Amino acid sequence: MPGNFKIDRLGALLTAMGAAAIALLPFVLFKTNRIMPGDPQSLWNVLAPAAAWACLAAVAIAAIIALTLADARVRLAAAVLGIVAVALAVAAAGDALTPAGNKIVRVAPGSGFWLLLIALALLATDAITRLRPGPALRVGLLALFAAVAGMTLAHGTFDNLSVMREYAVSASRFAHEVRQHILLAFGSLAAAVLVALPVGILCHRIPRLRSGILGVLNMVQTVPAIALFGILMAPLGALAAAVPLAAALGIRGIGTAPAVIALFLYSLLPIVANTVAGLKRVSPAAVEAARGMGMTRWQILMSIELALALPVIITGIRIVLVQNIGLVTIAALIGAGGLGTFVFQGIGQTAIDLVLLGAIPTVALAFSAAVVLDSAVEVMDRKPQ
Amino acid sequence: MIRIENITKRYGDSAVVDGVSMNIERNSITVIVGTSGSGKSTLLRMINRLVEPSQGRVLIDEKDTASEPAHLLRRRIGYAIQGHGLFPHRSIAQNIATVPRLLEWPEARIDARVTELLEIFQLDPGVFAHKFPHQLSGGQQQRVGVARALAAEPAVLLMDEPFGALDPVIRAKAQDDLLDIQRRFGTTIVLVTHDIDEAFRLGDQVAVMSHGKVLQCDRPAALLTQPADPLVTLMTGSADRALRLLSLTSAGEAAIPGATAGISVAASASLRDVLSDLVWRGADAANVLDTEGRPRGHLTVAAILSHGRSR
Repeated sequence: MPGNFKIDRLGALLTAMGAAAIALLPFVLFKTNRIMPGDPQSLWNVLAPAAAWACLAAVAIAAIIALTLADARVRLAAAVLGIVAVALAVAAAGDALTPAGNKIVRVAPGSGFWLLLIALALLATDAITRLRPGPALRVGLLALFAAVAGMTLAHGTFDNLSVMREYAVSASRFAHEVRQHILLAFGSLAAAVLVALPVGILCHRIPRLRSGILGVLNMVQTVPAIALFGILMAPLGALAAAVPLAAALGIRGIGTAPAVIALFLYSLLPIVANTVAGLKRVSPAAVEAARGMGMTRWQILMSIELALALPVIITGIRIVLVQNIGLVTIAALIGAGGLGTFVFQGIGQTAIDLVLLGAIPTVALAFSAAVVLDSAVEVMDRKPQ
Repeated sequence: MIRIENITKRYGDSAVVDGVSMNIERNSITVIVGTSGSGKSTLLRMINRLVEPSQGRVLIDEKDTASEPAHLLRRRIGYAIQGHGLFPHRSIAQNIATVPRLLEWPEARIDARVTELLEIFQLDPGVFAHKFPHQLSGGQQQRVGVARALAAEPAVLLMDEPFGALDPVIRAKAQDDLLDIQRRFGTTIVLVTHDIDEAFRLGDQVAVMSHGKVLQCDRPAALLTQPADPLVTLMTGSADRALRLLSLTSAGEAAIPGATAGISVAASASLRDVLSDLVWRGADAANVLDTEGRPRGHLTVAAILSHGRSR
């Protein structure tokens, strides 16, 4: 916009964040081994002056664009440039501080790096939001980001950073725990959908059931996850001891069984509630017309009522999936596996890098699930209404 | 064509429809008119068994409607309701194709029928077939609602306050369209309304209902000239009943032989409109011309007034 030199407010905030991160906080932490407290290092201490200046220049360009330009595409490009520069700088810092062949020292990204990354990521998110990408493009962007991240990780760009060091140590277990994590989250979701859909339909049809069932499910939702795991332990243990078949099926007081059951219970409320809400918004005139034209009850349910309620139901499933991906982390406490294993091991060993090895993929999984399902809802909701 | 025999619907102790009998001729429009709570909708909905009668029966072409599964019966009977009830997630073409799909018509026949109906209802198939209901105006949605009800070529069409949600101008147009459609397909129509003007305008036969009973079921003119119940007079209105009566006769029907000097009127115009025209123009007589402009006789004010008397 010519003649309009207003300073962008979000840009100002993010620039302040980034400046503080570079000036005051350590860019990386150098540890002589994985559980020692880190020795803070600034960008200038670890990189050759040319590299440090290059990185700073890229970030400065991003800041200037964030402050002055309104075009979302330019802002997105600036944010991506900044993120690439900062990521390369942290990788280079890892390479520079690690003596060749040394597997004991740890170079961890410091608070300065994380804050800078968050500021740039916020700039990127804001730009993407302003661009209003369609559902297909959003999923496409996510896939592109995942592909680039996967390729750089596979290439070994970050191999000298602490989290990747932890990964190298437990690479084979990592794949297994990711699989277990996804299996637990999706398995309990699938079971919940199978039960919650009919229950939701029943609640819609019989109003007297509604408050009772939703009340009970609400109560389940308020039980803290750890407590629920604990509550399930005793009866499942007893069941396994008393019924050999149950034990043969893998039901025990600890492990996968209580985890799946607890996640299943937590999943019920959002799906049942959204099924009821979705069916409620179906126009009674449409149902009346469908009946009057000779559709059977089953045809009305499937092709009118559920079809119209689907976007709201999928929204419920999205809530559950994101919630489950987070909750599965806690299930590691009762031996169910998943990425939480690394988190709790890390806490036990005061090895923060190991915690991150569990936490970062969990966040990435939950975020991806949210983006994909939100896009699905948008595609479905676009036609009606 | 449709015979309703002593039909009753009770909810608990109260009878919503109470011992109603009625005959509905083939190719006619029967309007059931009444205040809200008179049981008119319930009576209509017992014809396609959206409401199951507590007592009595309905015969269509001498066949008891209870003798086949309700959903199969309904596929043979068109049904249009107030607020159209279109399916918001389906295109206009898909909406219209609903019953033919249920009846498993071949795809080509369905497409041809959808195109035909869109054209009849003045909705350009190229423009409207793939639109969704929310992209249409209220009048267009209502037309699609009626088109959908007629899709499977039903011999009987039931309409529950089909024009209730329309504004007066669009409503008048929709009523004219319905009369055209009825002439074109010869559909037997049963229509429920609370609007007595609509009843007089559309009905070959009008049934006046109150408290679950049919007070009188007759030609519109008979409701005015030989009311069976004071409530019928109350509902048809006594202040303008002479004019109402005039509106039921066309100029062509009332024309007397011979010609007159002066203005001319269309044979299809109602006597009420001709009288208004004469008063407005300060004339005493008018020639009646048919649609091709041929003389069909003439009308005088005195002749017109004689049609408005309660014999």
